[in-house]
Amino acid sequence: MEVLLLLILLPPLAGAVLNGIFGRRFPQAVVSAVACTAPGLSLFFALLTAWTFAHLPTEPAPYVHSYFTWIEAGAFRADFALYYDRLTLVMTVAVTLVSFLIHLYSRGYMEQEGGYYRFFAYLNLFLFMMLTLVTAANYPLMFVGWEGVGLCSYLLIGFYFPRKSASDAGKKAFIVTRIGDVGFTLGVVLLFWTFGSVDFQYVFTRLEALPPGDLQGSLTAVGILLFLGAVGKSAQLPLYVWLPDAMEGPTPVSALIHAATMVTAGVYMVARSHALYAHAPLALEIVAVTGCVTAFFAATIALAQNDLKRLLAYSTISQLGYMFVGCGVGLFSAGNFHLMTHAFFKSLLFLAAGSVMHALSGELDLRKMGGLRHQMRTTWLTFLVATLAISGVPGLSGFFSKDAILAGAREGPLGDPRLYWLATVTAGLTAFYMFRALFMAFHGASRVQPALEPHVHESGGKMTRPLLVLAFFSVVAGYVSLPKALGGGEWFHHYLQPVFASSQALLSSTAAPAAGHAPSRLAVMGTSVLFAGAGFLLAYLGYVKFTGLPSRLTECFRGTYQLLVNKYYVDEVYDWLIVRPLRRGSEIFLWRIVDAGAIDGLLVNGSAQATASAGNLLRRMQSGNLRSYATWVLLGAVLWLGYILLR
Amino acid sequence: MITVQADDLVRILPQAILAGFAILVMVFEPFLPAARKTLLGWFSLFGVVAAGAATIRTSFSPGLAFGNSISADRFSLFFICLFLLVAALTLLGSFHSLERENINHGEFYALLLMATVGMCFMAASTELIMIFLGLEISSLATYVLAGFKRQDALSNEASLKYFLLGSFATAFFLYGIAVVYGLTGTTNLLVLSAQLGRSGEFRPGAVFAWVALLLMFVGLAFKVSTVPFHVWTPDVYQGAPAPVTAFLSVGPKAAAFAVLLRIFLGAFASAGSGVFWVFWASAILTMCLGNLAALLQSNVKRLLAYSAIAHAGYVLVGIAAGRGEGTAPVLFYLTVYALMNVGAFLLVAHLAGTGERWTRIEDFTGLGYQRPAVAACLAAFMLSLAGFPTTAGFFAKFYIFRAAVHSGLIGLTIVAVLTSVVSVYYYFRLIVVMYMREGKAEAASASLPWALRVALAISVVGIFYLGLYPTDFLLLTNLAAVPLP
Repeated sequence: MEVLLLLILLPPLAGAVLNGIFGRRFPQAVVSAVACTAPGLSLFFALLTAWTFAHLPTEPAPYVHSYFTWIEAGAFRADFALYYDRLTLVMTVAVTLVSFLIHLYSRGYMEQEGGYYRFFAYLNLFLFMMLTLVTAANYPLMFVGWEGVGLCSYLLIGFYFPRKSASDAGKKAFIVTRIGDVGFTLGVVLLFWTFGSVDFQYVFTRLEALPPGDLQGSLTAVGILLFLGAVGKSAQLPLYVWLPDAMEGPTPVSALIHAATMVTAGVYMVARSHALYAHAPLALEIVAVTGCVTAFFAATIALAQNDLKRLLAYSTISQLGYMFVGCGVGLFSAGNFHLMTHAFFKSLLFLAAGSVMHALSGELDLRKMGGLRHQMRTTWLTFLVATLAISGVPGLSGFFSKDAILAGAREGPLGDPRLYWLATVTAGLTAFYMFRALFMAFHGASRVQPALEPHVHESGGKMTRPLLVLAFFSVVAGYVSLPKALGGGEWFHHYLQPVFASSQALLSSTAAPAAGHAPSRLAVMGTSVLFAGAGFLLAYLGYVKFTGLPSRLTECFRGTYQLLVNKYYVDEVYDWLIVRPLRRGSEIFLWRIVDAGAIDGLLVNGSAQATASAGNLLRRMQSGNLRSYATWVLLGAVLWLGYILLR
Repeated sequence: MITVQADDLVRILPQAILAGFAILVMVFEPFLPAARKTLLGWFSLFGVVAAGAATIRTSFSPGLAFGNSISADRFSLFFICLFLLVAALTLLGSFHSLERENINHGEFYALLLMATVGMCFMAASTELIMIFLGLEISSLATYVLAGFKRQDALSNEASLKYFLLGSFATAFFLYGIAVVYGLTGTTNLLVLSAQLGRSGEFRPGAVFAWVALLLMFVGLAFKVSTVPFHVWTPDVYQGAPAPVTAFLSVGPKAAAFAVLLRIFLGAFASAGSGVFWVFWASAILTMCLGNLAALLQSNVKRLLAYSAIAHAGYVLVGIAAGRGEGTAPVLFYLTVYALMNVGAFLLVAHLAGTGERWTRIEDFTGLGYQRPAVAACLAAFMLSLAGFPTTAGFFAKFYIFRAAVHSGLIGLTIVAVLTSVVSVYYYFRLIVVMYMREGKAEAASASLPWALRVALAISVVGIFYLGLYPTDFLLLTNLAAVPLP
């Protein structure tokens, strides 16, 4: 088992090293063979580990193995140790499966691009880091993966680094998430302060034995600080601004990192720390409210986006918000369920968008598409499936997972009607903007630029086959947790139950029962379908039936529309509030006064003068003359003897 | 009358093997044609490995030998292993550069082995006279080695300076021993320690005891080149053939530190505060002067010489931290220092080309583009010397500083940290010219001979291993620090 666990991690690392060092000399076929074998092997070992784990006598208790002591400094100790339980199982399988498919897709997508080996080396390295993140058995090791995926994300966003916008976007992602990481680090330090350990098993066992209400203050602080890290990594309000810009990277990267895996790290971390959050209901409430507001906020921005990838990026932010709602109301399994289904349909959406982009020579503006379904049937079909899934159309995966969250927002231990209604409205918005994108890209009359028209084609099999596989999962992934109200067994929920049971019990016992009587599960479903249907209908009316309608509407609500198109001017506000003062402060204070004045003037020039005069002294000391050397030795001896004698 | 027993011989087995190989090298030397002298080098390397194997045998029968004058304990075995490692790395790195300089004579290898024997005896002796003998054996060998480029004026000058000043300094050491004998009637550290243990600190009137300790300190301080006894260091390091410099900067220095530890933290540990301030002040002077002077150097060998002085200062911080705290970190530091310094000097020696022409910092301009692997190695050594995390240099400094803080030496630690910040500047100057300046590096000459590659690989791997997983080795140094008498 411990070997198997390592074997999940190692293939991508080996692939990254091989391609990183020798890739330049390999032909493309070898590079892609190496790069795709790695996640394939990881997937294989992930499944094998899952099977082995299921047959352990201790199952479902977590399996922890420490390989060696990594850091030991005083009382602080962190091992290179891996932690495997049912949650890890779900994560490893989902991550390796999705990334395997995306690797396969990338072979076709990156064929014509420079830096082929570099791309795959980064991609493999990313997978290694992501797997480290989800299998780590303590916070410092998790942080290694956490920062590692951040680094790979930075490298891949800036993959087209000669383009200034790309390298800027890379830097933005790195810097913005760094703000969150400060919170994460402080949270870990505070946790160590509280428990004297950062090891999952130790801390969680202590937490489970802790009487409710104890240490509430510090645990709430830890919870909020850790969540700050998640806010950065999972692009929630107010640190979401980096994700839309991250779309500067190659599309498979957007699919893998900025939709399916890395951005969900925050959700995973919150779920992993469930025992902690169970003792900090206030922190959990903050999680839920932040998630819900972000979901709504990002969805409204997505309504008016014309750039396909940016629209998907805002949709991702919105869906991540849902997952946090799931975790925040105390139904961690619901959050993770949505995490998994979202990984499938969102990566599918991105890959389909990539396929469109490929056909249109990089065009992403929805206003310059239209009617593509005739030329690109597979892409259209898969995009349609994903759109149905994300909009929550009954029968597809997104419906079940979103429904679990909506129901949780109503009935969960920390549920609240306000959360529920906001989330339901967001579901309607989601259906609207997704169908709007679908209709604008694939239906109606073609608005493709005439020069590109003859070029439009369906992508090759290398790209479409992964699409089909993902489409399959986007449909069926929901059935692993069919709700009871529809005669299902909620298998996924029950499967994760041993992981989260204690926390949920604690939350239910401490939280005040939700006011009023909760509507039945069927009513929840009905409402969400109603809202989704309304969204669909509006999109259909506006973008298929009466195509003139949207422009007239935007005329009427010019102010609101401008606000949405410009994303609430958040980037501008940040620029005005934070970036500019920082820059001005840097220019005036740091550069002119501190750097030019104090450092250059006083320290550099001053110390240069000081060292120069010291140098003169030294030079006199270092005359090269033997007699003077002997004198120095004698002088030293006399000096020390004099000190001793006169002491 | 000392009777020799079988165990006595086992307890000096490594030294005996090394000495035997040294003699054999001299015997074979006349029979080998000039082009085949490297064979003797390999033979010596074999000797070093054999001695290493012998330490394992010795470790099974620890104890005192030859009338309590030799102690085969974990402390001495640790140092013997360290010296053997240094000797092996130097040998591997010297073959090619000796051939290049046309000084590939068998004596080189014999002298190197003899110097190692002397160092081993210094570390293993508990008898001051025996320590002095070890000191002399290693010193005489290294005096000759420093002047091994007989045609080269600088090398001759280095040898002569080293010899004259070295003799001057050892005289202090010998004088110190004489005073000790005059006061106590013994030169055996174990007996001395037992006597001190009874009477606690020196009696206030016993000024001569302090004088004795100080005289011994001066003799050893010369070898480890603490300020102001460092004056010889830059000239000798620059003049001596580079593989010899690599050896000099690490081997004799570590041996002298071993003796310092044995005398000042071992036998005379209870002698207390008087010498403490000498270490304290020496540490500050050495760190400041070494690092400041290194800032001004334009010659890489001289830069590394001053950096070697500065590093001696950090080790002194560890000694000042005292017995319980400082010993293990000092052992750790010396090992790390050996790996990175030998590596850096050997690499510089190779890059300097025939006649060691390219040793200015500008000669390395753009090396990062022409020889990425070589430059990466050199950069790794520089990072480690500067004490960057993930390299061993970081933990070496960290443990020393931690020991100092635990002993309450806050001021000393602050000086140490500040000076090591200064050191980053000159170490990085080399990295900057290698990677951030366009140019044709003069120093990017021939490809690396594979023996040197092995030596570099050992150093680099060692640096990163100890930088990433310092715990196991720290445990080892803790064990080695226990038997200090």
